[in-house]
Amino acid sequence: MHALLALNPAYWQTTTLKLVVILLTVVTGAFILVYGFLFKMMAHMQSRLGPMEAGPHGLLQLMAEFGKFLQKEDIFPSKADRRVFALAPFVVLASTFLVYVVIPAGPRLIVEDFDTGIFFALAMSSLSVLGVLMAGWASANKYSLMGALRAAGQLIAYELPLVLAIVGVVVQAQSLSLQTIVHQQADGAIFGFTGIGTPFILTQFVGFFIFLVAMQAELTQTPFDMPLAESELVAGYLTEYSGIRFLLFFIAEFATAFAFAAIAATLFLGGWYVPGVHGAMADVIGPLALGAKIIGVSFLIFWIRFTYPRFREDQLQTFAWKYLIPLSLINITATGILKVVF
Amino acid sequence: MPKLPGLIKGLGVTFKTMTQKTVTVQYPHEKEALAPRSRGVIALKEENCTVCMLCARQCPDWCIYIEGHKDKAPPRREGGKPRSVQYLDRFDIDYALCMYCGICVEVCPFDALFWSPEYEYSEPSIADLLHDKDKLGEWMATVPDKPALEVGAEAKKGAK
Amino acid sequence: MTVTDHQKSMYIAGQAADARINIELETEGMTLNIGPQHPATHGTLRIVVRLDGEQVVWADPVCGYMHRGYEKLTEVRTYPQITTLVNRIDWLSSFANEVPFILAAEQLMGIDAPPRAQWIRTILFEMARIANITLFLGEMGAQLGAITPVFYAFRDREHVLNLIESATGGRFHPNYDRIGGLKDDLPKGWVDECKDVMHRVRDFCDELETLLMGNEIFAQRMRGIGVIPAQVGLDYGLSGANIRASGVDWDIRRDEDSPLAWKHCDWKVWTHVDGDSYARYWVRLQETREASKIVDQLLDGLPAGPIMAKVPRIIKVPAGEAWVHTENPLGEMGYYVVSQGGLGPFRCKIRSASFNNVSIVPWLLQGVYVPDIITILSSLYFILGDIDR
Repeated sequence: MHALLALNPAYWQTTTLKLVVILLTVVTGAFILVYGFLFKMMAHMQSRLGPMEAGPHGLLQLMAEFGKFLQKEDIFPSKADRRVFALAPFVVLASTFLVYVVIPAGPRLIVEDFDTGIFFALAMSSLSVLGVLMAGWASANKYSLMGALRAAGQLIAYELPLVLAIVGVVVQAQSLSLQTIVHQQADGAIFGFTGIGTPFILTQFVGFFIFLVAMQAELTQTPFDMPLAESELVAGYLTEYSGIRFLLFFIAEFATAFAFAAIAATLFLGGWYVPGVHGAMADVIGPLALGAKIIGVSFLIFWIRFTYPRFREDQLQTFAWKYLIPLSLINITATGILKVVF
Repeated sequence: MPKLPGLIKGLGVTFKTMTQKTVTVQYPHEKEALAPRSRGVIALKEENCTVCMLCARQCPDWCIYIEGHKDKAPPRREGGKPRSVQYLDRFDIDYALCMYCGICVEVCPFDALFWSPEYEYSEPSIADLLHDKDKLGEWMATVPDKPALEVGAEAKKGAK
Repeated sequence: MTVTDHQKSMYIAGQAADARINIELETEGMTLNIGPQHPATHGTLRIVVRLDGEQVVWADPVCGYMHRGYEKLTEVRTYPQITTLVNRIDWLSSFANEVPFILAAEQLMGIDAPPRAQWIRTILFEMARIANITLFLGEMGAQLGAITPVFYAFRDREHVLNLIESATGGRFHPNYDRIGGLKDDLPKGWVDECKDVMHRVRDFCDELETLLMGNEIFAQRMRGIGVIPAQVGLDYGLSGANIRASGVDWDIRRDEDSPLAWKHCDWKVWTHVDGDSYARYWVRLQETREASKIVDQLLDGLPAGPIMAKVPRIIKVPAGEAWVHTENPLGEMGYYVVSQGGLGPFRCKIRSASFNNVSIVPWLLQGVYVPDIITILSSLYFILGDIDR
């Protein structure tokens, strides 16, 4: 990272810079997704305009919402475990931040290039389950607890297809490091044609599909949002949260969506690689290319969210265990065989 | 395993709607024109009112308050008797109670009440929703002409 | 289904148990109150549900939160005033509430409205059906999590409401029917505009068929849920699409002789054999399409003529009793009007469709899983104003 600037800053300076970059990325990513997709795309799909009053075409709507949440009363249920209650949103947010550490935005634009990059990312994203359970438990409300348990069950059930879908990519790229995976896609050739490299979506289309579905479930988006929708009937795990704490959960949700879309873009669509751009230019074009691919994947996520009704809890679990996991196992086997053969 | 086609076709519907124009009318910057018969507010033509009290009696909510008095007016022709005429002192409609049913407008035998499509008269205080005689007279300016009737309709004799 | 004494004492004991500090997790005998304010019930309906883990042991709907005393009101109002009030019973199918009442009064007076009035009444009746059921088609998806169809429903329904407004003056409460005919004739250009709107309604039905009914997730959530056998439905007095979805071929428009113009057009009664929530949705979608076809045929053949029969200025309905029922969008609605020759009725009994439709809820919700409660309640489609009057 410091080679980029031809300076030699101290370790603490680079670390601070990386922290600031992640912070800005998280917030910007959440903002883009919320404004572009949740406000505007959803509105146009529903034949309406969305927010138009706050700022030109409603660009400042999020500022208004932020202000609204800030000025709300900070409520604790009387029997709640105060420390756990306060800590839960930060646990979820922390797990989101940690995922951004390994996502490459350019050949040298990565916070830390772990050898076990993707494994680290998935492990960190699983930590959000802890936050959900903490939220449900600390609310001192048996309905919240049940909602949290259901949510945790769903998140854990869909972790497996998520991981297994990625194993196919890892087998094909022969590495867990995200930077290496991007390079493999950049340098590959399709039957001798090296023009666009080999985005893994071409060979791992089954894996991509499974990853998208599992990602939808990990984000508790429709059609997998029974834990949140359950609050119509029994209280969901977020019921006792209001004000800025609720906003933290909300930001975490959309920042995680951004992160997962980035991972999908990196694993399947080639990440920051644009055909024909190498070297220092790639450091400039790379983030933009990655951003465009993230928008594309997010479009799919939100398109599905706004169109479909939701699964019932047991149908959701059946879908994961009986359909997605066997499918992903078949995918891995096929990938392994083909990798050895070719 | 769910078949894909039904799910995919549904996605197509939402995508198509996204590309089409939205139907939102951005009130208060743009306003839609209402039909001339829309029941927005009731206007009073004071010269026609003879204080017969039919509207106040027929109102299901009793939201019309009328007070009048009888007095002598000069005769129409020279050398005649003075006529006794009803003068309208107070004619209030309480729009906080009004159901917008239109029975008063329909029942008035002297064409003193009219419907107008005006709807932007909300007030911060409920007491201001009591429109008095003068305010009701102001609404007369917004009363549209009667719309032409459809093919096959018979014009009512002495139509209101 | 009556609640036994044992169940009552268990309920009280359960309430007492729940009143303790409930940090320990009990999954047995949990009482859930789907309270009067709830996004899933269409208004202020309260359903007390006793759960055993995930399943419902018994359910008890508590109505009355919206009781406005209609039948008492009708005793002290005149006929034109009651026509206005009655619009608000089932507020979505506005015009359809006035019709049976006016027909009952006309029956007592021995007056027939002229044919043009009857045809326009039928047109508006079917348009009220379209306005009502399109809302159901949209919000059924919303109850299941599909947030988009609601907006399509409101967008296309807006045109129907605008048409009703241009003819009657009110979108939701037309107050247009009079004893002896209608208040006014239609404004110029209404017929052509109406045909355009009916076109749009049919497009909307097609769109929803693709978006919701063709969706496998929707089908999985709705098929086999809340099955009502035909005999049970008839015992509970269900009517409308609820009973037609269970295979009972009964439609008052076709089966009874009414002065309105249904017999003058060619239309079909839709039934389904399954009796589950999907069947109810399917039947209502087909009925909306059928209603738009009825309106088209009626518009083509609309007779010319007067809109009002000869009635005296002050209407006094002669003494007698009359019962008139019609196939309202929600089901069978009827008025039993007892007149003693005054300006208003002596007594008016209102039979509303939703009151009977909701009476099957205790029977229907037994053994059902918690997420399916909302699906079943929504598929029965009751309006609170109709239940409580």
